[in-house]
Amino acid sequence: MDDAKTAKPDPYQGLTPRNGHLNIAHEALDRHVAEGHGAQPAIIWLGKTGARQELTYAELADMSARFANVLTGHGCAKGDRVFALMGRVPELYATALGTLKAGLVFTPLFAAFGPEPIRTRMEIGDATVLVTTGRIYRRKIAAWRDQVPTLKLVLIVGETAPDGCVALGPAMADVSSAFETAKTVPEDPALVHFTSGTTGKPKGALHVHDAVRYHAFSGRHALDLTPGTIYWCTADPGWVTGTSYGIIAPLVNRVTMIVDEAEFDLDRWYGIVASEKVEVWYSAPTAIRMMMRAGAEAAGPHDFSCLRFLASVGEPLNPEAVTWSQEVFGQPFHDNWWQTETGGIMIANCPGDPVKPGSMGKPLPGITAGIVARADDRLKELADGEIGELALRPGWPSMMRTYLHEQARYDKCFVDGWYLSGDLAMRDGDGHFWFVGRADDLIKTSGHLIGPFEVESALLEHDAVAEAGVIGLPDETAGEVVKAYVTLNPGYDPSPPLERALRGHTRKALGPAVAPREIAFRTTLPKTRSGKIMRRLLKARELGLPEGDISTLETDEA
Amino acid sequence: MTHAEIRAAFLHELIGIAPDLDPATIAGDDHLQDDLDLDSMDILSLVTALHDKLGVDVPEADYPQISSLASAVPYLAGKKS
Repeated sequence: MDDAKTAKPDPYQGLTPRNGHLNIAHEALDRHVAEGHGAQPAIIWLGKTGARQELTYAELADMSARFANVLTGHGCAKGDRVFALMGRVPELYATALGTLKAGLVFTPLFAAFGPEPIRTRMEIGDATVLVTTGRIYRRKIAAWRDQVPTLKLVLIVGETAPDGCVALGPAMADVSSAFETAKTVPEDPALVHFTSGTTGKPKGALHVHDAVRYHAFSGRHALDLTPGTIYWCTADPGWVTGTSYGIIAPLVNRVTMIVDEAEFDLDRWYGIVASEKVEVWYSAPTAIRMMMRAGAEAAGPHDFSCLRFLASVGEPLNPEAVTWSQEVFGQPFHDNWWQTETGGIMIANCPGDPVKPGSMGKPLPGITAGIVARADDRLKELADGEIGELALRPGWPSMMRTYLHEQARYDKCFVDGWYLSGDLAMRDGDGHFWFVGRADDLIKTSGHLIGPFEVESALLEHDAVAEAGVIGLPDETAGEVVKAYVTLNPGYDPSPPLERALRGHTRKALGPAVAPREIAFRTTLPKTRSGKIMRRLLKARELGLPEGDISTLETDEA
Repeated sequence: MTHAEIRAAFLHELIGIAPDLDPATIAGDDHLQDDLDLDSMDILSLVTALHDKLGVDVPEADYPQISSLASAVPYLAGKKS
């Protein structure tokens, strides 16, 4: 075979390992500083109360080097795991990049998580270091901090720290701003992002430094990130989008990123786009639908002529939102699709392509996607127009390398040389892909993937609850909202105060993003012979859909 | 409605949406999202609940006005009168 003819060109060229070494933080910061771009703003940080601070590439490189020195000064070494749990403050970005620079593994957590999701993830991820705020530490961590045996250092953003913790401000001021980047090789672990499972605990998807080549490429190709672009990714780095495309891809492509500390606020957001002259905006359907609720009038007074490209991710973007954004912003939102596991955008409506409203677009160069069905432990590819599971041919640099401590669950994702996404989709005759639904019981709410098991487990911890089944119900703003069905232990009766108590309990344990918004009482739940709660049936009945195959139903709902 | 009645109604709806909160410990200037950990979906639910309870429409642009008990009570009172 003639290799020259069969070898595909590498679309991810541009970043190449030097002497076999590749480091995300070097590519994101130090490379630009060395090339003379140190004075360019890397981050324009907008504080909740109106502060505006520009951080140049040189300043962010300085902070990151200091953070790396703090880590090594406390005896941390290559491979140790650093967890970040804080809002969108400059220290978060220095934590991410300083961790990578030192050759340690970075894991961001969503600051609105309750204590239970935080603890579970830190245990699975063997957290060595936690970087958080004093307020979060006292409310969510202090009570169990000593019970995570791997945890040896807690850094607190600011000038003071509770007992047993180290204040990050003085620690960073006390160390040198010179740090020689760790000699990481492309396959060295860099990032762990947690994602939910249908059963069992959340999964820690491990990504390596080589991922940066795909972050760089996909940022350019799918989001039009070019040097100097003013770019705003609204996702929190606690989720994979906010790290891949809210830290790494933009910095590697030397854009100037907007970082807004505040949560969604319509006037604030419109004001930021207009006054900061945002050119590329990457957001999510829930936020876009909240803008739509306010109507075109709310957008009227603002000048959006700065916008050049709009993209959306997290859940399918409905066609109305695409046409609405065309009217209001003069640009359609371009939907794209990827997952925690894929590390980067796989399928997208790319700049310059005509947008098919409602479609997630086409695979990026170098990505092979198919619609498949299982047939006798093999996969068969389905024809255009047929609904099946969306699958990808693995091999791009940002693909996960394993689920931590869960090799079997990782292996189950791959069949016949395909990676199975768990999403149902179809491809039309033009090669555009269309999302249909999840193939499993995972719930997509406000762009977050929630595992029903984690919610059910929290409910079962309450004395009143005997059994729990958790599903997602369609919601026009959030995509889906979490609803729980519970049966009660003897001595407890359904009542509005008990419903509130259960919601209060789960909100405390899980945080508002994960806890059920509604809880219904049942005498029994539909179960299989083996005692498994049939969530699918709860959902079909709630929505008045056909019940499908109920041959395994043993105990019915009442 | 008096300010006290509006305050009670607001607290009642807030606790209905976020039953993890203890009404006795909520300070007037606690920010619903920053201090009390409500998320944006909770705020939408609160706006709907306030509409049902008080008959007041809170447009998106006014959400910052109901971001704490201290600012929400006079805002809602103004809308009621």
